[in-house]
Amino acid sequence: ELKLCSDCTHIISCTVSSVKIINPLYSRLYRSFLFFVSLHKPEIKLESLKEDIKDFLKTSGWEKKLQNAVYSELNVFPSPCHPAAPPEHIKEPLAYMRKAQGSWEKRILKSLNSMCTELNIPLAQKRPANEQKELLNKWNEMGTDEPDLSLFRPVYAPKDFLEVLMNLRNPNYENGEQPSFRNHLGLIQVPLKVKDIPELKEGFSELGLNIGQLGIDDSAQVPPEFFENEHVRVGQKVLAEQDSAAAQQYVRQGCPTALRADLWALILNISNQPEDILYYEQLKSNVIQHNLLVDSLIYKDVKLTASNDDYYFVFEDYLYQVLLCFSRDTSVLEHFAYSSATPPKSYIQGKLGMEEYAVYYPPNVNYNSFILSVAPLCFLYHEPSKLYQIFREMYVRFFFRLHSISSHPSGIVSLCLLFETLLQTHLPQLFYHLREIGAQPLRISFKWMVRAFSGYLATDQLLLLWDRILGYNSLEILAGNRIIFTKHVKSAVLADLSTLKVMPLLQIFLFATVT
Amino acid sequence: MPWEVQEIVFRNFYTAFLSVRVQRPGPGGSRRWMTCLRDLCLMPCPHTEEGSQDYFCLHRHQMLCDVDQVTAMRFILRQPSPVWLHFTIEDLQIFPPGQKSPQKDFPSWLSQLTPPEQPASLHGELPDPEKVSTEVQQMWVLTEVIRARQAAARIGRFDVDGCYDINLLSYT
Repeated sequence: ELKLCSDCTHIISCTVSSVKIINPLYSRLYRSFLFFVSLHKPEIKLESLKEDIKDFLKTSGWEKKLQNAVYSELNVFPSPCHPAAPPEHIKEPLAYMRKAQGSWEKRILKSLNSMCTELNIPLAQKRPANEQKELLNKWNEMGTDEPDLSLFRPVYAPKDFLEVLMNLRNPNYENGEQPSFRNHLGLIQVPLKVKDIPELKEGFSELGLNIGQLGIDDSAQVPPEFFENEHVRVGQKVLAEQDSAAAQQYVRQGCPTALRADLWALILNISNQPEDILYYEQLKSNVIQHNLLVDSLIYKDVKLTASNDDYYFVFEDYLYQVLLCFSRDTSVLEHFAYSSATPPKSYIQGKLGMEEYAVYYPPNVNYNSFILSVAPLCFLYHEPSKLYQIFREMYVRFFFRLHSISSHPSGIVSLCLLFETLLQTHLPQLFYHLREIGAQPLRISFKWMVRAFSGYLATDQLLLLWDRILGYNSLEILAGNRIIFTKHVKSAVLADLSTLKVMPLLQIFLFATVT
Repeated sequence: MPWEVQEIVFRNFYTAFLSVRVQRPGPGGSRRWMTCLRDLCLMPCPHTEEGSQDYFCLHRHQMLCDVDQVTAMRFILRQPSPVWLHFTIEDLQIFPPGQKSPQKDFPSWLSQLTPPEQPASLHGELPDPEKVSTEVQQMWVLTEVIRARQAAARIGRFDVDGCYDINLLSYT
């Protein structure tokens, strides 16, 4: 029996190691295998062991879990690139973009360093024991604290970032001063490939006029039996199946409010297991142990944005918890393998230049406006550890692209260019007019896109829009979304968007425009 | 000294189409130029960046003619778009058979998703279970070690020996 058992262990370890890339699953699967073996010890035969394990994978639901894990890896990681390509080429293929991102990072570093020097505070230090205790006690009400943050200034504002994007040039491109066919009439001057309407139509085919959409076909005038009831039923079925790929396809037509939290978690493959909760607790204790300069920046940012927002101010405490933990999470560092950005580095005090004392200044805080990308999630998730994981996954899949310079189709540069190109092609007179009076439309819409419209749209509309981001695994919808406001509510260029309905306008723009 | 070509690796720099011609022995001891690759598209949309700085690898089986006994090669680069100041190809490497370009190893799980079925041995019987189990013990220890390491990684420490007191960011 002992021999048999060790054989089991062998096959199991082989099976398990073949899925080892899916880190957190590994130990869980391993344990559940061992449990299975101990349960069926007498019946297990060496000859049929392999088949038994296959059956076990199916019946225990592990097959689905592994499938979802692989699917989520495929969604996040870029397709393998040429073997001769160096790692920086995977981060960003265009050399001048890499350079621009590098100097933008250097600028941020300088700004942070000079803030440290001016205010005479270190980037990070251990909190004294009594302070640690105090923070632990008020963990759930950090918003009540009103520290004096007047000396801290945001590291950069959206318009600084836009300025950098506007000055981006390909050194190998004929950049004449005179307007010519080579220059773009908008602000972005990089010759990236962006989709036109037919290509967008193809990509977003589920938004077509003849396909039911939540956000359109569930309005009060439409009887629910036409679309809504059936859609909800299908949604429940998708959830019961626990299949990420099906969920992703499903949300392209919008999520019913009641199912959204679970469907998004399924797409992002977040299950909030005990280990995940433990991990979150670990991050929390890291927050309590160390005081970071970026904490003050986060505080300030939350106070300036979310605390003043009609929808979000109630979530202030949640925001602190999530963002402070995020700034300590070393697992976020993995996304730098496919992001054009590089994390800032420092050395432990007194050990300057010694590589074994090099640390990341953890790990990636954008110092600006990503606060608002957490806030809408607070409507969906009330458990901090789950909220945290969902946000982290959304960040490493989508939001980081809004804050770094890259040529990726979902990157902020492409989105800006897509917006300008669509506007120029389909609303030439408006575009020309705005340009002539010196009000380049991108200047107005940039901050909306950088924040993925969070804080600008009514929450239900925003969530319907984010459904499509998740469904299509792409941020391009943001640029399209921006256009419809300009087109259908021309006053919206400057006005309040919070009363608009997103989906009908988006559908009309993509599918009812004569091209 | 004639060469046999197995693989050509290079990095593009704003070339839209590439043709390759090779000089090979023709009838009667003469040398002939032959086209082995005609207008391979490197940039699908020549006015825009797509593919402009990507790495490419051309295999022998993609060629239009045999590429052995090559004495000279010509690379013909085309760029129909007038917007680029220069175009070329960089880091050109030509590999003969046997010498492989530095392939990145695929993780074994990728290449062995469905392990090949072992044909049933006709004259051997099952391995001695005694022997198998002793070997397996070793494997088991290894998996335990891996598992232990896995757990350590998930904690995600950012400090060095418990210390994370830092003053300024490094510019390098």
